[in-house]
Order: sequence, then structure tokens, then C-alpha cells
Amino acid sequence: MPLPLFWFFALVMLLGGVAVVSLRNPVASALSMVASFVGLAGLFIGLNAFFVGIIQILVYAGAIMVLFIFIIMLLDLQVEQKRAPKLAPLLGGLGIVLGFTIQIIGILSKTPDAEWKPLDLAAGAAAHAQSSPGISAKLAAGHLPDVNLIGDILFRGYNLPLQIVGVLLLVATIGVVVLSKRQEA
Amino acid sequence: MASLHYYLLVSGLLFAIGLSGVILRRNIIVVFMCLELMLSAANLTLVAFSRFNGSNGLPDYHGQMMVFFVITVAAAEVAVGLAIIVALYRARQTINTEDLTSMRG
Repeated sequence: MPLPLFWFFALVMLLGGVAVVSLRNPVASALSMVASFVGLAGLFIGLNAFFVGIIQILVYAGAIMVLFIFIIMLLDLQVEQKRAPKLAPLLGGLGIVLGFTIQIIGILSKTPDAEWKPLDLAAGAAAHAQSSPGISAKLAAGHLPDVNLIGDILFRGYNLPLQIVGVLLLVATIGVVVLSKRQEA
Repeated sequence: MASLHYYLLVSGLLFAIGLSGVILRRNIIVVFMCLELMLSAANLTLVAFSRFNGSNGLPDYHGQMMVFFVITVAAAEVAVGLAIIVALYRARQTINTEDLTSMRG
């Protein structure tokens, strides 16, 4: 990903994150979260992870944001916005975050960096020639069939985890219905 | 071209922002959003490593599978968490974490 484009999406993401933390109105926080996730999806797409980028927009910026907004509207939180921030948690929180950031910069300055290399589609085509000829043909034609590759590895290598995640979603759905049912008084 | 360290630095900063929100904010819904930011920062690290440590000239798709599962679990977590928040609000009429101190010793 070219540097100007990288910094554009990274800034959208980071400023969105700062706005989530700093804005007082929860609705504004939810909308800045969407901005942050759109920037993140841009970074994903710049990393050749097209499927993950699209899923990020669909799931987070679509479904989860609507869920947050819906709950904020449902609870109607306008009353409890005014409250003076306490100094001790403010200093503690910022101190922890500052230490964390300094630590990350220190670690990154001591570890070897990896340069950006363009994808070698021909080598990928050769590697997939036996197992999946369709993917290999698309790679040989110069395209990156991202969704095909993910589907291939998902259903061949991660079949059991996929079933388990399906059960998890079912359990979560039933749990939400049970939790939000009004208790009979 | 942006190298691996750029992505790791940005992802670490996003994680730090989310962590600061979890510590600083008193509104439990905003705390929840900041948890999502932290999960996404981890996802960015996974995708960056999958792209830069590829095999056979392609990205390493095992990392992206992990991102896929993290997103799925995060969606389930948001659904259950928001249901718990609604139940909490029904019981206490507040979602401010400073008012939820009944488990304090």
C-alpha cells in the first residue's frame, strides 16, 4: 500500500478511535466507531485481504453499529451526560496508555522489519495446481481470487471450528432471547 | 510502500486508544465500543502478519481465518453483551459504571 494512502486510512482509523473515547454523546461515539472501522477496512484491503475488509464493513459498520445505536436509542440516555471527570482515573488511564505506546515503539525499534513484497501469483498458481485447479487458473491469469482461497482453506482446514462457531452463534441467539425476555413479576 | 512496522505501530496505537476508553469512560456502552476497537486492533496485526509472512507468493490465509473467527465471536459477544446491558438497565435504571457498585466488598 503506498504511504500516503496508508497514512490516510490510518489517520481515519485513529481519529475515529480518539473520537469514540472523547465524545460525550454515545450516538456520536457509535458513529465515530463506524468511521474508525471504515479506515480499518481500507487498511485491510490495502493488505490484499479483500474478503476480511468487506466483512469488516458489513459486520461492524453495518450490523454491530445498528445494534449499538438501537440500544442507545432504546435506553434513552440523555439524562446522565453531565458528570465531572475524576482526576485519579484520568491520570492512571493515560499513564497506562502512554507506557504501552512507549513499550510498543521500543519493541518495534529492536525487531527486524519486513519490507513490502508484491505477491507472486505464478508461484501461488503452481502451489495450487494439484489441490484446486480453478484457483490455480485464476492465479495464473493474474487475479487474486481472495474469496476462493479463503473458502478453500475454511472448508478444508477449518471445518470443525466453523461448525463450533455456528453452534456458538446459535447459543448466543438463544441466550439473547432468554436474557431480554421480560421477567414475569 | 508501508512496511510491517507501520501496520504494527498503528495497530498498537488503536489498541492503546481502546484501552484508554475502557479505563476512562463511565458509560458501559462506550466501554463496550472500546472493547470492539481493541479486538479490531488485534485483527489488524493478524492481517498484517498474514500479508508480510506469506507462503508460495500468496498471503498466509491461516491468519485471515483467525480474523474471520474473531469477527464472528465478536459479533456474538456484542449481541449477548448488549442484551446484558438492557437487562442491567431494567434492573438498575443506570448504565454508569460508578453507580454499579453492589459487588464491591
